[in-house]
Amino acid sequence: MEKKQTMLTIDNLHARVDDKEILRGINLTVKAGEVHAIMGENGSGKSTLAGVLAGRDAYEVTEGEVLFEGKDLLELDPEERAREGIFLAFQYPVEIPGVSNTYFLKAAVNAVRKHRGLPEYDARAFLKLVKEKTKLLHISDELLKRPVNEGFSGGEKKRNEIFQMAVLNPKLAILDETDSGLDIDALKAVADGVNALRSPERAVVVITHYQRLLNYIVPDYVHVLLRGQIVKSGGKELALELEEKGYDWLKDTVAEPQPA
Amino acid sequence: MTEVMERQNTYLAAFERMERELAASGTPAVHRLRKAAIARFVEMGFPGPKDEEWRFTPTAALARIPFDLAPAGEIDLAMEPGAIVCDLAEAMKNHPASVEPHLARYADWRKHPFIALNTAFIRGGAFIYVPPNTNLKAPVVVDFQAGYVGTAFVRHRRCLVVIGDNSRATIVERYSGLPGEIYLTNAVTEIIVGPGAHVDHYKVQREGDKAFHQATMQVQLGRASRFSSHAVTQGGQWVRNEINAVFEGEGGECILNGMYRASGEQVVDNHTFIDHAYPHCASHELYKGILDGKARGVFNGKIYVRQDAQKTDAKQTNQTLLLSDDATINTKPQLEIYADDVKCTHGATVGQLDAESIFYLRSRGIGLAEARSLLTYAFANDIVNRIQVAKVREELESSLLEAHHLPASESGKEEA
Repeated sequence: MEKKQTMLTIDNLHARVDDKEILRGINLTVKAGEVHAIMGENGSGKSTLAGVLAGRDAYEVTEGEVLFEGKDLLELDPEERAREGIFLAFQYPVEIPGVSNTYFLKAAVNAVRKHRGLPEYDARAFLKLVKEKTKLLHISDELLKRPVNEGFSGGEKKRNEIFQMAVLNPKLAILDETDSGLDIDALKAVADGVNALRSPERAVVVITHYQRLLNYIVPDYVHVLLRGQIVKSGGKELALELEEKGYDWLKDTVAEPQPA
Repeated sequence: MTEVMERQNTYLAAFERMERELAASGTPAVHRLRKAAIARFVEMGFPGPKDEEWRFTPTAALARIPFDLAPAGEIDLAMEPGAIVCDLAEAMKNHPASVEPHLARYADWRKHPFIALNTAFIRGGAFIYVPPNTNLKAPVVVDFQAGYVGTAFVRHRRCLVVIGDNSRATIVERYSGLPGEIYLTNAVTEIIVGPGAHVDHYKVQREGDKAFHQATMQVQLGRASRFSSHAVTQGGQWVRNEINAVFEGEGGECILNGMYRASGEQVVDNHTFIDHAYPHCASHELYKGILDGKARGVFNGKIYVRQDAQKTDAKQTNQTLLLSDDATINTKPQLEIYADDVKCTHGATVGQLDAESIFYLRSRGIGLAEARSLLTYAFANDIVNRIQVAKVREELESSLLEAHHLPASESGKEEA
């Protein structure tokens, strides 16, 4: 069997917002082809981790290192990270009235292609790519012509995130609470989309509060984030255990954060 | 003060010089109107700095320039089957019974110096008449080009639009001029929307960068009629757009949307006034401005809900994007409500590009500069997108993309 490439290495990552330390020493290694779930309660640092990886500037990294395919990720601007192959599916996708989904995506795809030294797509080539992916994710043409996320339902917004992911074809996809606010049908649709995009070359990090999504996107590894640290890791059965027992039983394993 | 008086006399002198020629156009009744209007203008003079309605839009620079009356030019009007579309001068001659009951009856020259001045010089312009129960499929385009070179000219543009009961029409008014030319456009458009009629109006203003542009649009909405206005302003060094819409019956709907972009030392003022004089009428208003450099914007949105106008539904939104520290906006919603069973809301936002939106675009690989451009374009295009005339919409979209150094949209090809 071919040895899987290490894609992402997070080493002792500390980050804070203002004076509040939110990530307190995260360690995680993700290899190509793997699906990792990061579970935790509200306030455990899940979204902060996603934000730090994607380059959200509200967070200050105070310690530690993140390597993406050997490169120092934290040195890169958000757009450079995206061009290198990182994709963040937002918990709250932004509405952009005035720009169609198609125009926006084409600008994004061509920025990525330019970075990789590939010729920019013309209208025809781009359309072909889009058509292929809309079929995969059951996105309607009408949704493509509409302004980005404007007036989309919760489910449509999340499906649109996965659609963007499909078109941008990232190496590492981070799904930040993609399940929040979705009914079961929308959840399934999103999960189907993600599953269709699973491949030996791609890694996926699924961040979620609930086990429910993991019934549909079955992870290889499950990590529990608590007070800014990964306190337990295991296989997919760990998610079921959390569903049954909640998070409280793990709370003795990690100290309360000390005031700065 | 004396200097300004002299300027008013400049217009009076021009009137006297031109009077015989003016009098030859239209009936004696029209000429009596002209004479009353010039007298009224001389009485009023240009608005001064103490006039509350003009506080942020000084007319001093405009009043100082002795604008000469431009020679009568022809305007480009395409005939429309089922309607009368012609030069106003021709209409005054051939269709006085359709013109005179409406001309200058609504845009109040007794109260507004620029309207008075325009009325004094009524000669040509556009006349659009759509008989009742007629669906005019193609838009009527009125193209006012200020092409003359060399002299500081004033052009008093006039449109009279009369749409019969239950008819449907789309009107496009375009204003353009040459860069570097100093001139004044003083426009008055009166639109009468008959009961049950539906009129969409688009104004595309791309005057030259040194132009002064003063415009009043007066709209009378009949019972259960529908009127929409989209006004896009990109040109001129000094611009004032006034829109007055009056409901003259129940069940009307009025949409006023606008977008303007200004930079350098441009001044752009949008004054709107919606008179809810009857019950069960709705008005929706969205104005968006982008100000860069030392540009100054003014938005004044007055909504007047009369005592009888129960069940009024009025919504007003003004959003301004300030791209530089030196740009300013004065935004003032002015709601006067005398009825008690109404729904009236207003909101104004002034700010910079949204940080989360910028991050969203960057997280998709779009660089910071392009993300800013794209979001600024999007802000403006939100209004342009609402334009139903494809040709106008696409042309504005392309010019906006170009202005923001963004690749052309190929939506047409993609759909093909």
